[in-house]
Amino acid sequence: MKLRKKIYLTAGYNTIALGTGRNEFNPKKARPELEDYIKEAGQRVLTQIGGAKNIDEGVIANFMAARYNKQGNLAAFMPYIDEGLRFKPATRVEGACGSGALGLASAFRSVLAETAETVLTLGVEVQNTYKAVYGADILALAGWFKMRKTGHVYFFPGQFSDRAGSYYEAYGFDYARKGFAQWYKNAIENARLDPTAQEYHNTVPNLEEQYLKAKPNGKFFVDHLTVFDCSKVSDGASANVVASEEGLLKMGIDKKDAVEVVSFAQVIDDITKLPQNPLELTSIKKAAAEALKDAGITIDQVATVETHDCFTIAGILAVEALGLAKPGEGAKFVAQGHTARNGKIPMNTTGGLIGWGHPTGATGVHMANTIWQQFTGKAGDAQITITKDKPYGLSINMGGDDKTVTAIVYKKIF
Amino acid sequence: MEYSERLQKMSVIGAAGKMGSGILLLTAIEMADTSLLPENKNKHFVLNAIDVCSECLTGLMEYVKVQATKIAEKKLGLLRQLYADRADLIENFDIIDQYVWDVLKIIRPSTRLEATYDSNIVFEAVIENPTLKTKLLSQVKQNASENTWFFSNTSSIPIAELDKSAGLDGKLIGFHFYNPPAIQKLVELIKGENSVDGLEEFAIEYAKKLGKIVVPSNDFAGFIGNGHFMRDAIHGILETQNLAKEMPYTQALYAINSVSQNFLVRPMGIFQLIDYVGIDVCKYIMSVMNPYLPDEDLHSDLLDQMMELNVKGGQNSDGSQKDGFLKYEKGRPVAIFDIETKKYVNIDSFSKDVDQKLGKLPQNSIAWKQTLRMKDKFDKLAIMFDEMMQMNTLGAEIAKKYMENSRQIGIKLVNMNVAKNADDVNTVLMTGFFHAYGPINDYLKK
Repeated sequence: MKLRKKIYLTAGYNTIALGTGRNEFNPKKARPELEDYIKEAGQRVLTQIGGAKNIDEGVIANFMAARYNKQGNLAAFMPYIDEGLRFKPATRVEGACGSGALGLASAFRSVLAETAETVLTLGVEVQNTYKAVYGADILALAGWFKMRKTGHVYFFPGQFSDRAGSYYEAYGFDYARKGFAQWYKNAIENARLDPTAQEYHNTVPNLEEQYLKAKPNGKFFVDHLTVFDCSKVSDGASANVVASEEGLLKMGIDKKDAVEVVSFAQVIDDITKLPQNPLELTSIKKAAAEALKDAGITIDQVATVETHDCFTIAGILAVEALGLAKPGEGAKFVAQGHTARNGKIPMNTTGGLIGWGHPTGATGVHMANTIWQQFTGKAGDAQITITKDKPYGLSINMGGDDKTVTAIVYKKIF
Repeated sequence: MEYSERLQKMSVIGAAGKMGSGILLLTAIEMADTSLLPENKNKHFVLNAIDVCSECLTGLMEYVKVQATKIAEKKLGLLRQLYADRADLIENFDIIDQYVWDVLKIIRPSTRLEATYDSNIVFEAVIENPTLKTKLLSQVKQNASENTWFFSNTSSIPIAELDKSAGLDGKLIGFHFYNPPAIQKLVELIKGENSVDGLEEFAIEYAKKLGKIVVPSNDFAGFIGNGHFMRDAIHGILETQNLAKEMPYTQALYAINSVSQNFLVRPMGIFQLIDYVGIDVCKYIMSVMNPYLPDEDLHSDLLDQMMELNVKGGQNSDGSQKDGFLKYEKGRPVAIFDIETKKYVNIDSFSKDVDQKLGKLPQNSIAWKQTLRMKDKFDKLAIMFDEMMQMNTLGAEIAKKYMENSRQIGIKLVNMNVAKNADDVNTVLMTGFFHAYGPINDYLKK
């Protein structure tokens, strides 16, 4: 559906993604907590837009604070950011790891419905409160609970390991791992350019070698993936403001410091069903196609993509779902460097979920912020060049195993 | 009686002690794992944890809970299978909780020895005191069934003698864990005389189920492990006294401790190891061993003096190191006890001087910690010791003598028939003492 009025996104802010890999992370020492992240990200957005008085509404996206942090009713943390937000409307949204983009979709709808000109949208997750074996239980809630009993100790790595296993079987192990290795290398190298990224401090000299040396071993982890195939366990928050044209005026934001949101598509699939085709991310395929269609563009006009690489296999399958490569050729497309920052279509330019980190509920908001940074010249060392003939960006945020997907198309304002 | 049936009723005496708590933990885990097998679902498992100290038993239960949780976290794949038929256990959280409970519910803590009377296996892990061990074991024997077997964790007392003095009729086997039992891989297995049928087989299976490496030792006081350690310690003490002719005693002790750690690539220096085991325990083990060694004098006046001054080393109940020959801060030695002034002298105040006197480590030297993950450690050690052979610094000279002495001790243990062969001696030192290499080697041969 074509949007009935123009929507913009601006004033992005990301906290660091904290977890293993960051020098300041020590599992035995006290760390910032849920409300600290909400406050930091929220306040740093407000200072860019003239304060809380310019915010009409708030959205907090989060997956599972009820278990990670034993906290519910998150919308009521909005006034904790700034007293000026007291008595304003706010909502918390949840769609597992796809919560962030659901939060944005909720903000878009408020602006389209003209019940708000400006919406403070904030994604947050604090996951390091539990060891990995317990975190696996919490993350598993993104799937159908009735499948948990027969699932893997590490439920989601188990799900995507099955997809990776199918991919190896269909197209060859070494061929696939080569593509995965390049995906991993791109992720870490991009993360090294963003000081907020979890892998920012990574100094491993030969990433491809490191990746290929590690062999998947079901005795220690899952059958078809290693730790290098996985996104991070992260604490962090990302926030921005979704606004109408009037909203930008009210905040005194120049359009050059905003991106236009041209279209968005949200797709849901049945959580009680296993994927019909393990070699395809069907919901992602549908959401991306719909969003591009609504924007009236093709993938060739997209300058950069932020995609949900919770695992390397998800990155490769997304490349195929976007039509950038035929089924089975995603690994080759990536291995050839086409998704690297200097490739045909740079993807996950600040590291994605594997390199930047994956504070689950914040990820969709972080993706939008990366595209906003790239399109407003605020990406620092991670900056890529965006030209007028390809002014579009695309983000794909996924909850569960291809169940809750939101694709958003952005346009750079020259 | 087959393995799992015999395992159903066990007792550990001295269960809250340093060794006993580890033995209890490993046994409780093994019993729980066995009880969870489908074929054992209806069998009842009981592990009596006996100790004179009631508060310590409370601490023991806390220890087992924490450790069992950690163990469960590491074997969730297996546990998810074992609990597959339990529809109520879904998440890892549920499964870990249930497993920890399944371990804890097997354990019956008690201060009363009577609780052991209906056990199939009674494992004693009380202090290294033959009189006490004899008293406890014979009391249980007099009240237990004919089928009861006895395990002793003694590190030095001959098994046949203990069997005889307690009237156990060949039902006792030596099953010597290394400290801490939950971590060290080694068990020395010592068969007494007229050992009953099946006892050794059961012990071997039990050791394997606990994930231990079994090295059989002949029934000679001190066995292989302490047979080496006590002689090695005496050598360290004599070397210190020797070196003390040239420098103050505290500096000499620091030097020998440092050489025996860094030049010999060992996890800790000899005096730190004595402190770790406990000066009292070492003295006691020597006194148990010495009467059996007519041509040696395994005794140290220095240890006696330390004991008289009540400086004993050993560990606090939280596992931290008590001060002994060395004083420790956060587990690291910071000072040396001066036997004359009865005060600790800071290592910082002289270490530079002494290090200089000892001379540098070989250029190709490696630290013990590095060897843990080194695939070619034996090659690297050969290069290091080759270089050390060519050196004539004070440190290198002491080290060469030390290594040669350690080697001779190893050979003696084989010659005395305590160990079957050189490999067994080396395995004991590498798995019980965490040495990077065995004492019987050719490193200094060239």
